[in-house]
Amino acid sequence: MKELTCIVCPRGCRLTIDDELNVTGNSCPRGAQYAKDELTNPKRMITSFVRVKNRENTVVSVKTSTSIPKGMIFDVMNEIDKVRVSAPTKIGDIAIKNVLNTGADIIITKNIK
Amino acid sequence: MEKRDLVIIGGGSAGMAAAIEAKKNGIDDILILEKDDVLGGILNQCIHNGFGLTEFKEELTGPEYLSRFADQVEELKIEYKLNSLVLDVSENKVVTYSNPTDGVVVCEAKAIVFATGCYERSPGAIQLSGDRCAGIITAGTAQKYLNIHGFLVGKRIVILGSGDIGLIMARRMTLEGAKVLCVSELMPYSNGLNRNIAQCLNDYDIPLYLSRSVLRVEGKSGRVEKVVLAAVDDKLKFIPGTEMEFECDTLLLSVGLVPYVSLLDKLHAEMSSTRGAKVNDQLMTSIPGLFACGNCLHVHDVVDFVTDEGRDAGRGAANYIKGLSNKSKHIEVKPGNGVSYVIPQFIETDLNNDITFKFRVRKPIKNVFVNFKSGEALIHKVVKPVLIPSEMVMIKINKDKLKDLPLSEIEVSLEER
Amino acid sequence: MLDVIIVGAGVTGAFIARKLARYELNVLLLERESDVGNVTSNANSAIVHSGYDPVPGTLKALLNVRGNKMFDQIADELDLHFNRCGSLTIAINDEQMKTLYELEKRSEQNGVPVKILSAEEVKKMEPNVNPEVKGALFAPTAGVIDPFNLVVHCVENAVDNGVKLHLNEEVTAIKDNGEYFTVKTNKGEYQTKVVINASGLYSDKIASMVEDIDWKLIPRKGEYFVLDHFSPDFVTHTLFPLPTAKGKGVLVSLTSSNNFIVGPSSEPIDDIEDFGTDSLTLGEIRRQATELVPNIPFNQVVRVFSGIRPTSTRHDFIIEPSKSNKRFINVAGIESPGLVSAPAIAEYAFENYISHLFELKEKASFNPRVKRYNRLNEISLEERNRLIKENPEYGKIVCSCEKVSLGEIKDLLSRSVPPTTVKGVKRRCRAGFGKCQGGFCSPIVTLTLAKHYGVNPTEIKWDKEQSNILKSEVKK
Repeated sequence: MKELTCIVCPRGCRLTIDDELNVTGNSCPRGAQYAKDELTNPKRMITSFVRVKNRENTVVSVKTSTSIPKGMIFDVMNEIDKVRVSAPTKIGDIAIKNVLNTGADIIITKNIK
Repeated sequence: MEKRDLVIIGGGSAGMAAAIEAKKNGIDDILILEKDDVLGGILNQCIHNGFGLTEFKEELTGPEYLSRFADQVEELKIEYKLNSLVLDVSENKVVTYSNPTDGVVVCEAKAIVFATGCYERSPGAIQLSGDRCAGIITAGTAQKYLNIHGFLVGKRIVILGSGDIGLIMARRMTLEGAKVLCVSELMPYSNGLNRNIAQCLNDYDIPLYLSRSVLRVEGKSGRVEKVVLAAVDDKLKFIPGTEMEFECDTLLLSVGLVPYVSLLDKLHAEMSSTRGAKVNDQLMTSIPGLFACGNCLHVHDVVDFVTDEGRDAGRGAANYIKGLSNKSKHIEVKPGNGVSYVIPQFIETDLNNDITFKFRVRKPIKNVFVNFKSGEALIHKVVKPVLIPSEMVMIKINKDKLKDLPLSEIEVSLEER
Repeated sequence: MLDVIIVGAGVTGAFIARKLARYELNVLLLERESDVGNVTSNANSAIVHSGYDPVPGTLKALLNVRGNKMFDQIADELDLHFNRCGSLTIAINDEQMKTLYELEKRSEQNGVPVKILSAEEVKKMEPNVNPEVKGALFAPTAGVIDPFNLVVHCVENAVDNGVKLHLNEEVTAIKDNGEYFTVKTNKGEYQTKVVINASGLYSDKIASMVEDIDWKLIPRKGEYFVLDHFSPDFVTHTLFPLPTAKGKGVLVSLTSSNNFIVGPSSEPIDDIEDFGTDSLTLGEIRRQATELVPNIPFNQVVRVFSGIRPTSTRHDFIIEPSKSNKRFINVAGIESPGLVSAPAIAEYAFENYISHLFELKEKASFNPRVKRYNRLNEISLEERNRLIKENPEYGKIVCSCEKVSLGEIKDLLSRSVPPTTVKGVKRRCRAGFGKCQGGFCSPIVTLTLAKHYGVNPTEIKWDKEQSNILKSEVKK
């Protein structure tokens, strides 16, 4: 038995999961999935920003298109630190395709003209 | 003098929603005044995700969430002015604002929606003890420096207060290369959302110390050098001998948000214990034609609810402009046992089919009834398994239930099961 | 060879510099801090005291009363707001009423106009005062001033008239060569005919560089609350309790910016760099202040701060040449009422000591006036719009709490004593002085300073040398 706080939405349900991966305490199916993933392969979204090369002192926010393995957070951050993008940017533009083979892209979350 | 039907002060999530809803309710002559150089308000710096689950059934970052509303503002051709700060509002709804292109403009409105957001409590406001050096900074300011301008305010950080911005910043600063030593919370419970404690602190092994606060800050050099924490008793007094010292360069404060309402304050609008204005079921303040919504009414924990409240204010203002919102009664809504405030504070019209009562509890509590009473009469009763101060509670009641009350007041209170 | 070095650009040094700027003299003003008026002059009650309180016959009594009379002209010449709001010293029991009559006599001796008011009169003037009030001593000549721009404008006026100002320069040694002195600093060495020691909390240390002194400083710390300008009429005078041996007591006053100030405490300290505040002391101030005004809304507090007064063992101002050399003049122990006395202190030191040391020639070009920068919320709408048309940055409000525009901040940077720190900007134009304490505007101020001085924003400081606001630029 393991107790978890669900991070899927702001409700923050208190979940319990047993060894057979039966989940209780969840208010939605996504909570059950979260608890199962957390025990087998915990994953997280990350958000950060990247520098814009053709705009002085400008950064643009980014996120992973889908969650990445929790253990790779800082490796992915390293990649985000290195990349530079060019303005204009649109929400959804890809800054890094399939970052470190995680299957997640680093995508831009802000429009810059 | 410039004339407008509706002026909306603040182009953040509440203001944009109010404008869009007013437009959809037939008000065409709308002006949004935004002090910053972009629409969206504080969401511009909230680059983390978690926004929009109620509104869009998906998880968005702050900039993504705001852009959906900014796009609607453009599509609906709602006029907005950036870099425009409101200097003054008069009781007869004359707004004076300043911006670089138009100068100082005096504008008469039929209705005004205040959507001016909130500000962070400062070291002075909490009377922080110790040296008054650089490196003591509020979490939102640090967030702006980091997410908008690309600067870290510190490398070794102690956070005071477990409000959500502090928790979010613990993770953001860790990701960007800083070391967050701990989060210290004066109360015996956290003021942030559970999920933020899980994903912002636990994920990065950042300890959360409850019932502890800053005894003093040391920083004779001019910058924070050390923060001393100590435990507090149930009267929130420091307990000698419980000191913990942290060598650090920064004390980040996440010690509460306060509605930013100096303009309404100056007009002597009736104020509530939230430090926002008192409003009726149309979100109209005690001054006719002036409406308030979002964090300048009461501080929210989820932006989707801010948007919703903005829409309510937009609709309320539209009703007022169209002459529909005649007051037919005056029922006062009061917080009772265990409840710190309730919005709306008054019910005065019959325009809404349902009234959503929003409130917060004073301390975490399990297994309670929420009772809505008028005098001795119980109007409505709801069971809640868990209520915590950091989560706003919303309970909808059909207007028919509010007819023929024994007293012209309603009290919302908690009762243990 | 310099004619005069003034050590310390606090309010005393500033007024001495301005006095000397009238004459053909080569004057250097040295300040160890990053800004003028940054220590004791920066952190006090900012009251232009009437002078009813100092012991008759002391320099404090003489110069307080004289200084008070000079303030209308000073405020006019230095283009400052000065509000002669008057002070009320409140008695809340019959015992205290007796003391009021003694104070009334003392006022007469000092030549200060006062009047004893009845409880009803006091309540009419200050409806929020403790309803137990028995009466008050009304001193109509007391006032409030902006202590920050008082010093800044005074030094700017001196600099505009030829005085040189060096900031961040600390005097480390002084050698008396008889006819002249060699003054060593952390940055260089100067020869000067005259040294004026106006170094506040360091005046005993500086004085001891030339001789053994028979006085010393016993500094006292005072902590304060500053409240927001939540109401124009919460209190409209400076309210004092009855004075005690420790000082004038915890006052409640409006300020020149229509904020409210509550304090100070008065505790002896050892460490003159300890400007910390502590909750116990603040709690005690709060208790004492509510005896005067019971309903002070402490949820309107925007800041707490402390100041250190350079009290001396003589308990009076020390304005005299050193015993060994009349060319070294101490102006020390300038505690309260130092702010109001400063112009009179400068005049006194000049007339009695400095003027005898030189054959003075007045500068034909001397201009006693400083013009303050444009403050948009003080001018007409038409004037304001004309300015915004010329420079759109006057239309961009940076500090929403205090309504300060980007244009006003940039104006400060082009003055003769420009701010170099975020605190310097705040002190001059109030950006960051309001409810949010710079939460919203400090990033813009920091970036504006960095751009102006051509440095990376990580170099910009809050105040002193190591008080950088930012630690690093990420992903660069």
